[in-house]
Formats: sequence, structure tokens, C-alpha cells
Amino acid sequence: MSTPPPPFSGPPDGLPRLELTGITKRYPSVVANDGIHLKVAPGEIHAVLGENGAGKSTLMKIIYGAVQADAGQIQWNGREVVIANPSEARRLGIGMVFQHFSLFETLTVVENIALALDEPFDLKGLAARVSEVSQRYGLPLDPQRLVYSLSVGERQRVEIVRCLLQAPQLLILDEPTSVLTPQAVQKLFETLRRLSSEGVSILYISHKLHEIQSLCHSATVMRGGKVTGTATPSRETPASLARMMIGRELPVCAVPAFTGEATPVLSVRGLSHIPDDPFGTALKDIALEVRRGEILGIAGISGNGQAELLAALSGETTGPAGTVSLAGTPVGHLDAGRRRAQGLAFVPEERLGRGAVPPMSLADNATLSAHGQGLVKRGLLRPKAAWAFAKTCIERFDVRCGGPGAAARSLSGGNLQKFIVGREIMQQPIAMVVAQPTWGVDVGAAAFLRQTLIDLSRSGVAILVISEELEELFEICDRIAVLAEGRLSEAVPKQQTNAEKIGLQMSGLFADAHATDREPAHAAA
Amino acid sequence: MLEHLIPVLAGTLAAATPLIFAGLGELVAERSGVINLGVEGMMLIGAVAGFAAAAHSDGGALAGLPAGAFAGALAALIFAILSLSMAANQAACGLALTIFGIGLSAFIGQHYVSYSLPGLQPLALPGLSDIPVLGPVLFHQDTVTYLGLLSFAGVWWVLRKTRLGLILKAVGEAPDAAHAIGYPVIAIRYAATLFGGAMAGIGGAYLSTVYTPLWVQNMVAGRGWIAIALVVFAAWNPTRLLLGAWLFGGVTILQFHAQGLGIALPVQLLAALPYLATVVVLVLISRDKRLLQLNLPASLGKPWMP
Repeated sequence: MSTPPPPFSGPPDGLPRLELTGITKRYPSVVANDGIHLKVAPGEIHAVLGENGAGKSTLMKIIYGAVQADAGQIQWNGREVVIANPSEARRLGIGMVFQHFSLFETLTVVENIALALDEPFDLKGLAARVSEVSQRYGLPLDPQRLVYSLSVGERQRVEIVRCLLQAPQLLILDEPTSVLTPQAVQKLFETLRRLSSEGVSILYISHKLHEIQSLCHSATVMRGGKVTGTATPSRETPASLARMMIGRELPVCAVPAFTGEATPVLSVRGLSHIPDDPFGTALKDIALEVRRGEILGIAGISGNGQAELLAALSGETTGPAGTVSLAGTPVGHLDAGRRRAQGLAFVPEERLGRGAVPPMSLADNATLSAHGQGLVKRGLLRPKAAWAFAKTCIERFDVRCGGPGAAARSLSGGNLQKFIVGREIMQQPIAMVVAQPTWGVDVGAAAFLRQTLIDLSRSGVAILVISEELEELFEICDRIAVLAEGRLSEAVPKQQTNAEKIGLQMSGLFADAHATDREPAHAAA
Repeated sequence: MLEHLIPVLAGTLAAATPLIFAGLGELVAERSGVINLGVEGMMLIGAVAGFAAAAHSDGGALAGLPAGAFAGALAALIFAILSLSMAANQAACGLALTIFGIGLSAFIGQHYVSYSLPGLQPLALPGLSDIPVLGPVLFHQDTVTYLGLLSFAGVWWVLRKTRLGLILKAVGEAPDAAHAIGYPVIAIRYAATLFGGAMAGIGGAYLSTVYTPLWVQNMVAGRGWIAIALVVFAAWNPTRLLLGAWLFGGVTILQFHAQGLGIALPVQLLAALPYLATVVVLVLISRDKRLLQLNLPASLGKPWMP
């Protein structure tokens, strides 16, 4: 990472660009923001740090006018304002780059931008301005491309350029780096520093401590809807910031050395697949091997074939028998249920809706995938067995919930994930595929899940983890491969690579394939 | 040969008019993400309201159209309140609206059974109607048919060239994103749905006051459903919709001529031909799944609340 920024000196007149006083927002079940105070100076890059559910996003939506606070004041350049809706926020000079982008897939870049500007409709003139601004800030963009054909990083550029065209005085970025390669993160930081030097204030929301340390002048830390502290990140350590964020020490995983068994359990050969979905990514000649007792990590930004590869591994899409094999048996032609019967466990990315049925109880959800464990007899359900199975799972994997009868959707992300992973482990699989194991999970549960996966692998299970979090992959995996543009790189032991090399592979490795593969298949419209 | 063809082509344009109105209205509503299966019902309500207005006023057929538009929009308002404000299932609400429209129009229409209206004389556009072949086909039509073609041009232009068209597409594509940018998603969907209702109402009123100026129960006879099918098969593209409507109109007129010539086929089968031909041809030309998926408003039929 680059050198940390100097502490921010602030503007000469000392008038803050934005000052929040006592902002409170209550929802029926939770107080999302409880008397929040926050002050941002012109040109300051201010981090808002906190775990999922700390109330960061709600606070930003209040500033952007998408949500109304129940109490508290907002001062804008020293004047009290009421921000009733996003277009009013934009008029004041507040721009926002959303975590889940607010773009329209079937429209072009310039059309997307035109929609957010309150000015006369002139696509040609706007396209020229888009090119101009994107060049000035080092954010290359083709105004006429359809958004669905853009990579996630390019989409973020669209959002940023859209904000910049409105000449904002305050730019809000919500977890902007979760979709970027390490190199793209550095590029983004250059742009943000440049904006800051031009006097634009930036509110930077993140849970990534090292990023905040390298970019931000100051930080406000939130936990459970309250401000738990303010800090100058460059003067803190990741550990001290983490303590403010989660209220205790950052948990660390114990990783016993991989003893090196050569037996491949899950292997993929020559897997190519063209999805029906025009917005999907084609898989090109994927090959991989997960050995007994190891964790193989697949890095890469979502949208590069992750969903398609997962479906091909789990059996949601089937293909030629030989493309996927499990302990030497070809299973590529088998559906998900048959693969499960042969010892393949699967933990999908979407916990609600794919990993579990939201309104059903944990016991019923257990039956859905673990029916082979004596929960069904001669086609009839055995509710008592399912109840006992769920109860064991809850106890063994520390799932905090109202018991086996609790609806899946009533659990927090972390606890539901523990239950789903536990349910799969209790079926004693020989191989397990896990997607984004700790996405949207609090730090404590994430550490528990990672430890669980490590322990499971060391007990002799072959585990494949697909994740966007590079740090996580380096923490738990033995070997790491990169999935980019539907192609998979060769897996290398993690000691022989680093975040930078992986990042290069994410963006540059298959550069030659980029131009031809992404030709928009947009027929007469 | 040509003297046989000219009346067929001229009749095609008129027969397509109700579908053009109803189809354009539904297309706009669907672009905003609202699928209203009540088109048949709204057309019937528009038909009976138009007929009543024409029968009780001096304005004749031209008094019927505004009345039909108003009644159709009112019917669409019921649908909008249920499905947009209360986020009820759009398919169920639309079906209910159709059933309601069939019943209501029959109930009101019983006073008018076997009552006939003067209709509307074709308006020959001076100069243009003297062009050989094209003149009598295109420029010797009733006013409402011209109006239908103008509506097509208007909808095409708005969708293609204006910010309003872009907003409409954006709302149908990703209401959450549109809301986040600051567009009033529900209000836009209301407007699109009401426009759809008004257009369906005009289509219905045209049927009852101009096309066959005589009240017959259930006289829309499934054209509302064809309009919905046209929108989908046309991949939400107004030009394809227009071609589809002309196809339907053409086969309708041809089978009338076939009946007149005494072709030895059951009349019921001949009468079913336009529906069959339209569906078959449209299915064939819309086999391109990618085309459909790329143009499908992604949020179509999904209830949305801010």
C-alpha cells in the first residue's frame, strides 16, 4: 500500500462542509442510527467504519435524502437543510456511488448518466462531456457501450463519472472497493485524492482497515447504530481500529499446515458452457483439481463466471459426464441431488432463497438437503429426526437462534450461514463447494466459519472456496486460482503468490480474450 | 387483381386500429414494468362507454372516443390502486379487471342491444388520396385510423428520442435504481398504466362506434388478449407491434372475403384464423430468446414498494 496521508489540517475558515447532529432513525425492530454526530471538512476524506448492520448505509441514505431521519439536524456549509429526496441532495452538491450499483443494464453509459442529471436532454453533447471528464480523472469509459457488457469496475466508473458531472462538493462512496482488483483500488484512490485536493469532501464507507489507513484523513467508527469513536486512521493500527469497530480483539484463525495429499477428490476437465442468459459469462475450458485435505480458493470479481461455475459444480446445470468428477467417478451429467448423494456438499452465495427457504423452519430446511441422513423414510417425513438433526447442528456450530423451529429468515446472516455450513458438514461430504463463505457476516461469525472450513479440510475433505475477499482466501486456502472472463488460471500454492499477482491475473491475464468475447449480442432493438 | 387488393389493404388498416391503440397502451405500461392483463376488460368498458356517449350526444362517434378513453383510464385506475399502491399480484388484478369489464359492459350494454350508430365516414386527405393504390389504401380512411398511426409515431418518438422514454425504460428495468436516483417510480407507473387504460378504451370505443357501429355483447372478442400477445412477441418494440397489428387486420379482412366467396370451411374456423395466424407468425419471428431477454423490462410484473 502507498504512504498514508498526512493528518488533515482542515480549511482556513473552519466551516465544515457537512455536519450531522443527533441523527436518529428507528425501524420497527431496530434503532439503525442513534444520535449520530459527524463532521466533514471541505476536501477531507472521511471514513465511516463499521461492521455490517452498524448503521453506516442508513446514515448515508439519510445524507443522500433516500431515507428521512426521525430526529437530528443536517448542516450543509453552515446552513441547516432538510434533504427530502435524492434530487435535492444532488442540487446541494451531494453525489453518491452505491454499493449495489444503481445502473440500468440495457441502457448505454451515456443514457444512464443522462437519467441522473437534471439538465436539458442532449445525448450527443453529454457523450462528449462524459469522455472529457472520464479522461481528466483517469477513468476511461466508452459512452456508447451498453452497461450490461461492462465489467463491474467499469460500472463503478460510470457511477463515479455520473457524480463528477454534477460537480459535487461531497461524494459518498459505499464499499467501493469490494468489486475492484487491488490495482483498480489504487487507481480509484488516485482519483479520490485528486478530488480531495480540488476541495471535494469524500465520505468513504468501508470495513477494510488497511484501505482506510492508506486513504482517509479521519474516521468515524460505528457499532450497533452508535458512534463508538473517531480517529486519525494513519495514527492507529489495524488492531486498534478493529477493536473500536467490533468492541474486542480481532479473532485469528489457526491454520495447521497442509500435509500434502495428492489424491484429487473433486476435479474438473475441459468444462465449457455458454449460458442462456445474455447477461451471463461463458465458461471457457475450465480445469481444476481439489485434493483430499486441502482448501482451493478461486479469486476473482463476481460476474466473471462465478455464478456459472458454481452452477456447473453443484449440478444446477449439467453437461458431459467427464467434465466434473467426484472421487474418480464422472458426475458432470448428474443433477444436484445425485451429486449430493455421492458426497458433494454445496453452500451457495445466496443464503436466503438458495441455501435456505426463508419462511421455513430450520428443521424443515435441514430436511431439504440432509434427507439422506434418515430424515425421510419410505417417502414419509420424520419430523422428530429432522428436529434432532437441526438441534445437533445448532449446538455443534454455535447457531444463535430460537431453536429448530425458528424460520430461516429470522436468523442473522452469520448465524444462518453457520447453520447452512453445519448442515452440509453433518452429511459427511467428501468434497464441499462454498461460495462467498463470509459475505455479509459479522467478524466473529466469519472467524468461526473460516476455522470450521480449515478444520473440515484437515479432517480429509476437499474444499473449494469461491470468494471476492482476497484476504480471506490468503488466510484459509492452500492453493489459489483466479477466475476472470470465464477462464480459470492454474492454481498456485499461496506461498508462491501475493495479492498483487492475483490482482494482475484478475484484470490483465486474459486481456487478449477481452475484446472478442464481450461483443454485445444486442440485436435490433 | 389490384381492384380486389385495394379494399383488402384499406380494410386491413381499419381492422388493425383497435389493436394499435390497445397494443401501444399496453406496451407503454409494460415498459414501465406493469403487466396489465385487463386489456380485454378495459377495451370492453371503453367500448360500452363510447357507445353510450355516441348514442346520447350529437357528437356521434367522435364523442365516443374521449368517453372511451376516460372510462378505460378509470378501469386502469382500479388496477393501479390494487397492484401499484397495494402491491397486489398484477396477473391476478389484471384477470379480475377483464372479468369485471366483460360483466360491466354486458350489464350496461343490455340497453343498447340491436341499437346502431351512424358510424364515421372516411376522410379523404385532399391531394394524397388521389395517388394510385397508396391513395385509397392509406389516405382514404376514417379519422380514428389516422389518429392510430399518429399515436404510433408519437409513442415511437417518445420511447426513442426523449428523456421521458428513457425514464420509462429505466423504471421498468430497475425500479430500485430509478428510485435511488430520485425518480417517482410509483407515480410513473401510475401514469403509464392510466395511459394504457385510456388507449385500450379508445381501441374499444373505435370498435363499437366506428368499426362496427352496433352494440353486440362481448364485441371486443379477444382482441385485448391479442394486443397483450403482440406486445410480448414484438419484444416491446412499437414498430414490430404495428406490423403485428397489420398482420392481424389483414387476415381478418381476408377471411371475410373468403367467407364471401363461399370457401367450404366452417365460418368459426375462418373467424379464428386471424388469431391463429398472428400467434403463429409472431411466435416464429420471436424465437430469438436473446432478443426477448434483452428487451424484456426486467421488473415486469413484480410488485415494487419504495
